[in-house]
Amino acid sequence: MPWIIAFGKDFLLTCRDILPIVLLFGFFQLLVLKQRIPNLTSILVGTAYVIIGLTLFLLGLEKALFPLGKIMAGQLAAPGFLQRGAEAVNLTDWTNYGWMYCFAALIGFSTTIAEPSLIAIAFKARDVSGGSINPWGLRVTVALGVALGISLGTFRIVTGTPLHLYILAGYVIVMIQTCFAPKAIMAIAYDSGGVTTSTVTVPIVAALGLGLATAVPGRNPAIDGFGLIAFASLFPIITVLGYGQYARWSLTRAQKKQQGATS
Amino acid sequence: MPGFHHPFVRHLHYVAKKNWSACVDLAPIVAVIAFFQLFIVRQPLPDFDEIVIGAMLVVVGLSMFIEGLERALFPIGENMAFALSRKGSLPWLLIFSFALGFSTTVAEPALIAVSAEAADIAMEGGLIENSVNSRKAYSLGLRLTVAFSVGFSILLGVLRILRNWPLHYLIIGGYCLVMLMTLFAPKEIIGIAYDAGGVTTSTITVPLVTALGVGLATIIRGRNPLTDGFGMIAFASLLPMLFVMGYGLIVF
Repeated sequence: MPWIIAFGKDFLLTCRDILPIVLLFGFFQLLVLKQRIPNLTSILVGTAYVIIGLTLFLLGLEKALFPLGKIMAGQLAAPGFLQRGAEAVNLTDWTNYGWMYCFAALIGFSTTIAEPSLIAIAFKARDVSGGSINPWGLRVTVALGVALGISLGTFRIVTGTPLHLYILAGYVIVMIQTCFAPKAIMAIAYDSGGVTTSTVTVPIVAALGLGLATAVPGRNPAIDGFGLIAFASLFPIITVLGYGQYARWSLTRAQKKQQGATS
Repeated sequence: MPGFHHPFVRHLHYVAKKNWSACVDLAPIVAVIAFFQLFIVRQPLPDFDEIVIGAMLVVVGLSMFIEGLERALFPIGENMAFALSRKGSLPWLLIFSFALGFSTTVAEPALIAVSAEAADIAMEGGLIENSVNSRKAYSLGLRLTVAFSVGFSILLGVLRILRNWPLHYLIIGGYCLVMLMTLFAPKEIIGIAYDAGGVTTSTITVPLVTALGVGLATIIRGRNPLTDGFGMIAFASLLPMLFVMGYGLIVF
């Protein structure tokens, strides 16, 4: 019974959330473009799918993804786990949380490499660049950026250092890289930061941060718990700009070699 | 196998395929957590049955959601983006850009989830009144702020393509503003503000916004889809940080 009530509540809220998109497309299609809506039946069925799907997804989120993130953070930061094989462990010492950093990096890498939005962007980038951008190379670069970002983010929570110092330092690096990176990669690099954080990854990563801030002594979830998603968005920009710089460097190196061979 | 061509069997196969792609989305998380549970933590997961049911709901919900997007929203949205680009009416194009950014963000599942979680944390931390109404108001306020900022981002992105403004100047200018705002914003909102940038651009927003950008850059003479078509998502990741910090200044 509680599940049915929860479903009903979420369903009504989802209808409210989807309404602006429906009104927008309806208004522009009928009144601005003055065209009949093509495949109306298919669109109505699709809209029903969106509403029911989103309702079920949000219900599953509350039951599975948020608890999972918090449970994993709690288990990997639990004194019992950290003290295995040791007499006493300083719970605020960042060196004791190696498995936490490892878990964060693996979650970041594995979810990003399978991210549909990133795959779509990578292939679009290959098409518009005439094949000079390798989709697989771009995906691995972005995934490495996310892995590095999330693990550094967990390190920040453990140490309790201010979030803005890391993010602002990251922005400075991006600004410096922008001066040297190839123009063709720039827009894709900036976009890659937004593409990495998917519907499935965000709740897990957010819950991981909040769970860790709750588990580590002296941390405040309201201040320290957030910020992991920011790391996951910033670091791919750095790695993709780096990928662009490396690609250009290796290309010029190959050209120089070729020129040397012909002369 | 003549039975395989029966419409019901074909439909069943199609549904299974869709659910499989949603499973692939969830598989990396399941694999990493399973590995850590079995070999590192070596502890059972509490409320395991509830988590399994929840995970199944995520898979079914996500596959239905994406199927619905592909059937309804993406075709009509992409056609509309191209039609409005060809129509050449600047006011309507700008109104559509803002409305597209706003409406897709309001419905973004990741934002719904994170704003609710942020409201819970704010309530537990005593930052907002301990009541259901104040929690709802804070969560909705956060979502509308982010949605408004994304609408403005897409509008700015369209103007950039039309006016041929260099992307990196705008982005670096935005980063400088973020740095400046960080000095004045309450520390309780900074983490959420920085996260807001990543949360906004997800399942619904990315395909529609990319279609609008690449469509515009393809239609306008002298624009390159590679250097001009991309970059809108970058704005949609940057401006929410500024707007949420502003929201924090008002609320706290």
